[in-house]
Amino acid sequence: MSRLSQKHLLGIKDITRQDIELIFETADNFKDVINRPIKKVPSLRDVTVANVFFENSTRTRLSFELAQKRLSADVINFSASNSSVKKGETLLDTVNNILAMKVDMIVMRHASPGAPHYLSRHIKANIVNAGDGTHEHPTQALLDTFSIREKLGGVEGKKIAIIGDILHSRVALSNIFALQKLGAKVMVCGPPTLLPKYIAQLGVQVELDVMKALQWCDVANVLRIQLERQQIKYFPSLREYSLYYGITKKILDSLKKQIVIMHPGPINRGVELSSDAADSHHSIILDQVENGVAVRMAVMYLLAGQI
Amino acid sequence: MAIQKKLILDSDLLDITLSRLCQQLIETHNDFAESAILGMQPRGIYLAELIHQKLEKALRKKINLGYLDVTFHRDDFRRREIPVKANETRVPFLIENRNVVLIDDVLFTGRTVRAAMDAMIAFGRPKKVELLVLIDRKYNRDLPIAPDYVGKVVNTLASQRVQVEWQAQGNKQNKIWLINQE
Repeated sequence: MSRLSQKHLLGIKDITRQDIELIFETADNFKDVINRPIKKVPSLRDVTVANVFFENSTRTRLSFELAQKRLSADVINFSASNSSVKKGETLLDTVNNILAMKVDMIVMRHASPGAPHYLSRHIKANIVNAGDGTHEHPTQALLDTFSIREKLGGVEGKKIAIIGDILHSRVALSNIFALQKLGAKVMVCGPPTLLPKYIAQLGVQVELDVMKALQWCDVANVLRIQLERQQIKYFPSLREYSLYYGITKKILDSLKKQIVIMHPGPINRGVELSSDAADSHHSIILDQVENGVAVRMAVMYLLAGQI
Repeated sequence: MAIQKKLILDSDLLDITLSRLCQQLIETHNDFAESAILGMQPRGIYLAELIHQKLEKALRKKINLGYLDVTFHRDDFRRREIPVKANETRVPFLIENRNVVLIDDVLFTGRTVRAAMDAMIAFGRPKKVELLVLIDRKYNRDLPIAPDYVGKVVNTLASQRVQVEWQAQGNKQNKIWLINQE
């Protein structure tokens, strides 16, 4: 099979293992393309994509835009901060206005969980979810698992610990779905206040002690403390969080085995991850960024095949 | 109507044809010092490998061999039901200023060759590009493309299909068939 089972990429929950594997195989080829002297292919030259960002983003937006340009798509960018959304326009109206300009694909980030799912029921264009609130961030999970597959030669049977602010993290949820679909064992680790109450029902292990989690895992995916989403205090201070949950080179060196450190960015250096750990040979953080472009090219290429 | 199969080239005849093609290549490219072979994915690579083997044996030296996948350069993406799956591209030499021989098993509409030229240019500007095909399906070209080296010219209808069976793909023998489809 060489087509996705879905018309949109709304979340990892909705896609199959075969879909993920197809995206990976296609991304392998695109990774090769973006390492050539001419990093561009003409596949999407007749496709127009709108990047609609109702929430701030640097990495994801740049990555999507680069991916679109390397596929030769026409790109328009929209961010809510300087738009009519401020004047009271609804989401559906905003998107329908963009679509009236003959746009084929929408890449959307929104602060409300489920916003792209709502949109998918009302519009024809293909939708790629670039993060919806605390719900899902499918392309991040795909690039994370793609990076694990690249580094360790596979995902099946590997032990991955997701450490940090699980409660507010869309990266965590998408990663859990992706890793489980690919047959990995998943553990979440963080202070009890930052772990969702029923997270164990997803079939993941829950651990409060970061040392135990690190000793167990092959890969530690370290998440940022999302202060912008925290309306109340979940822990006494950043300093205390960093003392109990911060990962340093010293801790990594004290482990009996080599583990891989990942981070979806942006890193708060000195909080969840110390500088010497983030820049050590354990870290594949910059590989994740490179793979992000290849994986997003694959997702848009495969979705465009269905327009 | 039942499917009719006609054998165009059998294993022995194919070997003679390949030897002739190699002689012709050596005539033009001498010792291949400035030249390279580029097999087109997915099936052209088997032919490219056979020719590469024969050339290396005849010339007693290493010759550049690469694989080119044209999937992302095709002009029928989004025009067919299912997107074509991509294959590996491996060009382990510089294309810049080299004489490149593109190799594919069957030349039909010429669209794959056009895409291949497009894909190849991404690796540099070749000095000269030539096309070698095993089977040239005459009267079916959509584009002004002609091969420089031909194994066999076959007059075919658009409704017919040329089926190439390579040993390297797990078949018993190398065989080329012409198939009538209703």
